[in-house]
Amino acid sequence: MPEVTKARPPGAPPAAAAAGPRRRPRGTRWWQDRRILPYLLIAPAVLLELLVHIVPMIAGVVMSLFRLTVFTIHHWQSAPFAGLSNFALGLNPHGPIGSALWRSFGVTLGYAACVVAGSWLLGMVAAALLNVEFRARGWLRALFLVPYALPLYVAVIVWRFMFQQGTGAINAILARDLHLVSGSTFWLIGGNAFWAMTVTGIWRTWPFAFLILLAALQNIPGELHEAAAVDGASSWRRFRAITLPQLRGINLVLVLVLFLWTFNDFNTPYVLFGGTPPDSANVLSLYIYVNSFSNWNFGLGAAMSVLMLAFLLVISLVYIRAFRAGREADA
Amino acid sequence: MRESAAARWARRGGLTLIAAFALFPLYVIVETSVKPLSDVNGAFRWLPSRVTFAPFVNMWSTIPLVHYFINSVIVSVIATVLAVLVAVFAGYAISRYGFAGRRVFSVTVLSTQMFPGIAFLLPLFLIYVNLQNVVGIKLYGSYTGLIITYLTFALPFSIWMLAGYFNSLPRQLEEAAMVDGATPLRALFRVVLPVAKPGIIAVAVFAFMTAWGEVLFASVLTTQSTRTLAIGLQEYSSQSLVYWNQLMAASIVVSLPVVAGFLGLQRYLVRGLTAGSVK
Repeated sequence: MPEVTKARPPGAPPAAAAAGPRRRPRGTRWWQDRRILPYLLIAPAVLLELLVHIVPMIAGVVMSLFRLTVFTIHHWQSAPFAGLSNFALGLNPHGPIGSALWRSFGVTLGYAACVVAGSWLLGMVAAALLNVEFRARGWLRALFLVPYALPLYVAVIVWRFMFQQGTGAINAILARDLHLVSGSTFWLIGGNAFWAMTVTGIWRTWPFAFLILLAALQNIPGELHEAAAVDGASSWRRFRAITLPQLRGINLVLVLVLFLWTFNDFNTPYVLFGGTPPDSANVLSLYIYVNSFSNWNFGLGAAMSVLMLAFLLVISLVYIRAFRAGREADA
Repeated sequence: MRESAAARWARRGGLTLIAAFALFPLYVIVETSVKPLSDVNGAFRWLPSRVTFAPFVNMWSTIPLVHYFINSVIVSVIATVLAVLVAVFAGYAISRYGFAGRRVFSVTVLSTQMFPGIAFLLPLFLIYVNLQNVVGIKLYGSYTGLIITYLTFALPFSIWMLAGYFNSLPRQLEEAAMVDGATPLRALFRVVLPVAKPGIIAVAVFAFMTAWGEVLFASVLTTQSTRTLAIGLQEYSSQSLVYWNQLMAASIVVSLPVVAGFLGLQRYLVRGLTAGSVK
């Protein structure tokens, strides 16, 4: 997300701000100095980020280089150094662990792609349809936002309940009422589990895309559309020629955020399937969790997490680069 | 702009489909919560064979729901208040001061948002366990540890959004106050924050939602006495059977405060989100 880096060039405060402290009669206390105050302001954030995010992440990288198992974790100071062997084990496509990791990587990518695409599409359609005044508008907007406002566990457990094979609502509707599928279809095991997880992910995520896109749509000046309508442009044409280009910036950020969330999603598959997901829904977060906490191989789990983070960093950098290049080409 | 009849019906049709998708699971939650357990364990029926409010009564004794509720309130409220405070300071510094390391700070904070939770869960746990022996403050299994964790989870998004929001406010605001002799912090609290209310509310809502629903870290960092709702609700399923009706009843009770808050504050959310960050 490049917005922060592109914000305002540092330094060069307007004259009055620089003059302010000097004019104060009692003189400036040391911590109100312009050179010191910003560091004091960010200090709590820096400390917390170090404690919860940065240092644990570095510790994770270090752990990935050691043979840390349930036997060595209590004396982690003296765990044997493993070099890159954890990484080799994880990446080897011919070994059982490596091939499962690659497979899990594919599942995660597929899941993220489907949820991002589905959420964006649904959010965009709903936002476009609601971007007109009519009576039920406020109610619909509130209703659409509810799945996103629900606590995560609640939002997912209801789908687990509905996807049950014998007593679930999904089979009752699709098989019993509509005769579209067989009544003995399993949704939570086998290949269908991927789609069960994807639908659940979209249901929970799309309201966020909707919220952002609706806000962005309302920022587009109405005159643009009216001028085009006077010129006889159809609404689909206006959408393509006016709305989409105006949403470009927000879309790029939105898609990246949705992708990062979904790619890292642990909760949806965990609440749907528990600790033993079917292969088709075994996303990276869950696979790593099982490898770390059920098989007690912490070094290997750490190595896999590092690979996952490295992939996300590379993807984000490439994406932001492309975004910048696109912007400069436009200018 | 006038809409043709065809366009109006297309709009109605599209919105009906989307509303059905959004609504159906919500309907199932409500409907299941007033069903007797025998209904829940049989084939799905659209309406309960008889409506009972017993699940709303029994859910309190099946698991220590009140206890989990109090835990969640304590953790979420404190984490939210602290997150807003810390993010206001940091976002204000990024927005208003040019200092060495400003860019590195903002980019680093933002990039922590992409850390997979699973990547630092175990290291964080080990750090808490080892650190509490050094500093003498209980971190594992205490409110403190969970509050610190959730508060930090909310920071990247909050700092980013508030910095954007402050950028959209004119600097003359606090400059005038400071010419009148206010200290920078006074100017921030008395002049800037009241104007930044939508941004602050948006940040608070997101921070609260994160803390209220988080599952992964709560499952590792809490013990029985500090267990939060998101973990506690799982106890409605025992090995032999799941009290689905009570689980759904409890889900409604647990969800009401956040859903009501979210919907009540949504106009602030939209304004907060669009002001600076979304351009």
